[in-house]
Amino acid sequence: MILLELFLTFFKIGLFTFGGGYAMLPLIQEEVTARGWMELQQLIDFIAVSESTPGPFAVNIATYVGAELAGVAGSICATLGVVAPSFIVILIVARIFDRFRESRTVKGIMTGLKPAVVGLIGAAVLSVAATVFFSGGFTPAVLYDGWLYVSAVIFVLCLIAALKKLHPVLVICVSAVLGIGAGYAFELL
Amino acid sequence: MKEGKLKGCLRLFLSFFRIGAFTFGGGYAMIPLIQKEAVEKRAWMTDDDILDIVAIAESTPGPIAINAATFIGSRVAGFWGALCATLGVVLPSFAIILAISFALREFADIKPVKYAFMGIRAGVLALIIKALITMYKKCPKNAVSYIVIGASFVLAAFVKAELLLIISGCAVFGLISFLIAERRNRA
Repeated sequence: MILLELFLTFFKIGLFTFGGGYAMLPLIQEEVTARGWMELQQLIDFIAVSESTPGPFAVNIATYVGAELAGVAGSICATLGVVAPSFIVILIVARIFDRFRESRTVKGIMTGLKPAVVGLIGAAVLSVAATVFFSGGFTPAVLYDGWLYVSAVIFVLCLIAALKKLHPVLVICVSAVLGIGAGYAFELL
Repeated sequence: MKEGKLKGCLRLFLSFFRIGAFTFGGGYAMIPLIQKEAVEKRAWMTDDDILDIVAIAESTPGPIAINAATFIGSRVAGFWGALCATLGVVLPSFAIILAISFALREFADIKPVKYAFMGIRAGVLALIIKALITMYKKCPKNAVSYIVIGASFVLAAFVKAELLLIISGCAVFGLISFLIAERRNRA
């Protein structure tokens, strides 16, 4: 049953993601594409939507995947699923706050988890990059496609802008404008 | 439920609804707003508490916004407070995204939208790489970190191992190396 599957999948994603924002991306990518719920490209498009709307990425993406698969009921189940683990764990931690804060076990586990998240996002970047630059698969024909070079230029410009702390929403606006410009330029050629 | 408690819960819900509705990007972007609502406006807690909450949110699963909302809610008004605060922070994104998901389907095939997304995808890649750099900077710079980063990257990107296995493995490895380092320091 799809509603239960949505709830359980996002429960698992919520339970195994530490740290905010894109820390969730690798697990979402694995779960959602492996189940055939969505293509990676659709996920990337939605990241742009999520950056341009309020609220945490995790809630946004859960609501979206749920809605795409099973409408309003789906989005409720997926969102409840992604929220439930934090909710339950924090309710417990709030009671044993001091013991949790001083716990050597927690500190030890975190020395492993923090760098793990970096490695996993690094791996996700590889597949996102492959989708962005070679959406039709890596073939020699790709090299003759103008979009490859346009994408590369937009990517470099956006990376510089992002590192100079331009707001993510503005980065997305800039890339959208460049994309539209390039699209119509290709039509004229 | 007593009247005072009911009022407290309602306040929590409204405060966190506002926080959820006005932070873009989530995560750490939410902390200044939470500080403003919970410390300056409502005096639910102190600045030190907020630092503690960030530390807790980092070492518990799930998005930081949810962790912070649940924690503050439960501190202020127990279980029902936690529930109200969490619902409040989730509802705005939920409603907005639900509305957008229908619009996205309508507009996805229009030509300028298609072109825009061709550009946006490259922009998103840049944003993810920026997030990656920020997270890397927050890791301690020592051998354990580098080993874990390298191993998890290779296992996920090339071996295609299950992510849950990688995450659990790194947690165990981190714990063991932490305890060994501690014992060595004591000796």
